[in-house]
Amino acid sequence: MKLQEYTESKYNFEECMKCTVCTAYCPVLQVNPLYPGPKQAGPDGERLRLKDPYFFNYALKYCMNCKRCEVSCPSGVKVADLIQSARIRYDRSKPKLRDRILASTDFMGTLARPFAPVVNGVTGLGVTKAVLDATMKIDRKRSFPKYSGRSFEAWLRRHEEEQAAFPEQVSYFHGCYVNYNYPQLGKDLVKVLNALAVGVRLLDKEKCCGIAMITNGMSEQAAKHARHNVAVIGKAAAEGRKVVTTSSTCTLTLRDEYPNLLGVENAVVRDSLLMATRYVFERLERGATLRFKPGFHKKVAYHTPCHMERLGWGIFSEKLLKMIPGVEFTLLDSACCGIAGTYGFKKENYAASQAIGAPLFEQIRSINPDVVACDCETCKWQIEMSTGYTVANPISILAEALE
Amino acid sequence: MKFNTVIIGGGLAGLAGGIALQKAGRSTAIISTGQNALHFFSGSFESVEEAPQRIAALFEEAGVRLHYSPGVRLMPLGTFREAALSLDDVSLFPTPKIGKKALIVSFRGYHDFFASFLAEGLEKQGMACRIEWLDLPELELLGQSPSEMRSVQIARTMDRIWEKVVQEIRNWLQDEDTVILPQVFGLRYNTVPDRIRQAVPANVVFVGTLPPSVPGIRTQMLLKRRYELLGGTYLMGDEVTEAHVHEGTVHSIVTKNLDNHFIEAEHFILASGGFFSKGLKSNPFRIYEPIFGLDVEQASDRSGWYHPEFMHDQPYLAYGVKTDDTLHTLCEGKPMKNLYAAGSILGGTRPEMGSGAGLAIRSALAAVDQILKTEAE
Repeated sequence: MKLQEYTESKYNFEECMKCTVCTAYCPVLQVNPLYPGPKQAGPDGERLRLKDPYFFNYALKYCMNCKRCEVSCPSGVKVADLIQSARIRYDRSKPKLRDRILASTDFMGTLARPFAPVVNGVTGLGVTKAVLDATMKIDRKRSFPKYSGRSFEAWLRRHEEEQAAFPEQVSYFHGCYVNYNYPQLGKDLVKVLNALAVGVRLLDKEKCCGIAMITNGMSEQAAKHARHNVAVIGKAAAEGRKVVTTSSTCTLTLRDEYPNLLGVENAVVRDSLLMATRYVFERLERGATLRFKPGFHKKVAYHTPCHMERLGWGIFSEKLLKMIPGVEFTLLDSACCGIAGTYGFKKENYAASQAIGAPLFEQIRSINPDVVACDCETCKWQIEMSTGYTVANPISILAEALE
Repeated sequence: MKFNTVIIGGGLAGLAGGIALQKAGRSTAIISTGQNALHFFSGSFESVEEAPQRIAALFEEAGVRLHYSPGVRLMPLGTFREAALSLDDVSLFPTPKIGKKALIVSFRGYHDFFASFLAEGLEKQGMACRIEWLDLPELELLGQSPSEMRSVQIARTMDRIWEKVVQEIRNWLQDEDTVILPQVFGLRYNTVPDRIRQAVPANVVFVGTLPPSVPGIRTQMLLKRRYELLGGTYLMGDEVTEAHVHEGTVHSIVTKNLDNHFIEAEHFILASGGFFSKGLKSNPFRIYEPIFGLDVEQASDRSGWYHPEFMHDQPYLAYGVKTDDTLHTLCEGKPMKNLYAAGSILGGTRPEMGSGAGLAIRSALAAVDQILKTEAE
């Protein structure tokens, strides 16, 4: 009766009325004919899979989990969740070595960081790329993110005392990218929050959010990370601190993928975790002020990452950027850049990945901005590699504009 | 976050209202639960006897080209229906006598356009028809997944290779005076349908396909881009879960994505659509408006909601929220001071007559006029 009265079903899949709107917005379907499309892979396929797991289709791996189908669905069906959860439930293939390596971002970061100059040099070499391409099926045309010699965590620990001196503190879930590849973004966040008289602390040892594990068939490991992260975020929240992030994908994973795909309950995360742009915007809305450099000028084109669209929080980054005196702002059309985390690194996806991003790259070139703003690290790699334009997190642009 | 006006619903009514308000210098936000009925748009706006120029101008600025010429348009089953204001894609004729011989062209493997039904319909009206099927290697890949050989996927390819289609048609064309094509052209470049018309030495007519509607999606993209260019905030994929109302005035709303970050506004327009968009909901006991609990027109007994014969006029399709003469919604019989209704949530539309688009635009602009008038007073 509940089903009939309130039409409740897991991932809302009974609500699908076959309108096909999702198929018009799936970036993969536009370029990869092997992918059955979100409607077929999601609610239509689910009906069959529930009958018999035999109907599980391995082509579901082509879904890049961008969630655009969910954002476009007029009926509230969690299409991408249906697809990813089907992969978790029915995919019996073991993840390949390559996928395990791509998915283990924090483990690889820990290994690579001490040897950063060597690793960066080696992964930049044509011969390394050729070897990786041939042995691991990691596309040779892809540029690798550089590793940083000193981790963000080590840097922040050295500034622990001065951060503790601020009257108020937040904890920062920095993610693997800030820690191992690009500590500057973390430093920019510290600068911005310090300007609002807020100090920044680390969590009690965060782990990788686990999104790459989820999409690479390692959901059990991801669930371990999830339970750990929920616990440490809960601890910070219990001590009265908000937890801020600078990556839209980590945020979506912590907020939505944990309960929806991994079955890890996370009410405490949903109550205390915020993208830093939202946190800063809300502080300013409540009367805090920032002092900006005179004469700052930048033409900024903002790309809303897919997962930011799913969160619905792009509006905060957008409003914050528009608030900076001297920013000439353009909102780029809603479109996927094509990389989708580790997806675009795989040889079998490279061509699709670049084709998906093409309209976005074209629009960026036609606008010719000083910088592309974007809250996602993998979008940054993709757009920088494919267009040559510099991509910066809105927090970094804000930090640069501060006095 | 504060705005002058918050519009709930991002379809035709929401976008038209949003654009008109942004143009009048008001800050607005549109909250849209996914995509909307523009994805099923026929391309014609019925019931816009008044002020087609105002609507055409609004669309023209967004790059959506309309023409106004009261007459008829060709329907997918070879029948004709009255139409006046339409997208440029839609050919309008003074009478159903549109020609003597037609060449109908479709794509092999495409199941959302019924060339033979179309031919049968036209032949009944004395028009000779010939059907040709396009076999294009560029579409073979789409055909691998038969469920995905859809209008939008074809349209993406057509944006690149429409000239090849023109070449094929020119080769086929004998003494036909009319060429009929499915509406799968000009998704990204809206000049393509016109360029095809110029390149084919016959009268080219584009006819609607099963959803998604290619001209509809293009219209949605252009209107949304125009709205954002004017400074509007479009929140896609979000849903209003709660409203804060005090003595008939709406103060703020809560959304699923922004949870405890309330959105405040002076005025609110409810353009959340009909049953399809969940602007109206029903359970076995009543039909209701889920956000504000507004008064909804309905027969008190469920058996009065519908007619047992499916094809008969269905009463429930005419149900909508109650308003006063100035589109203020009613709650327990009293008008809400700053909440207006626009679009198909008003009820009274006849989907089978395609009257939704005209009503959406007219009611949205009327609500905007009302808001601006209130502010001037």
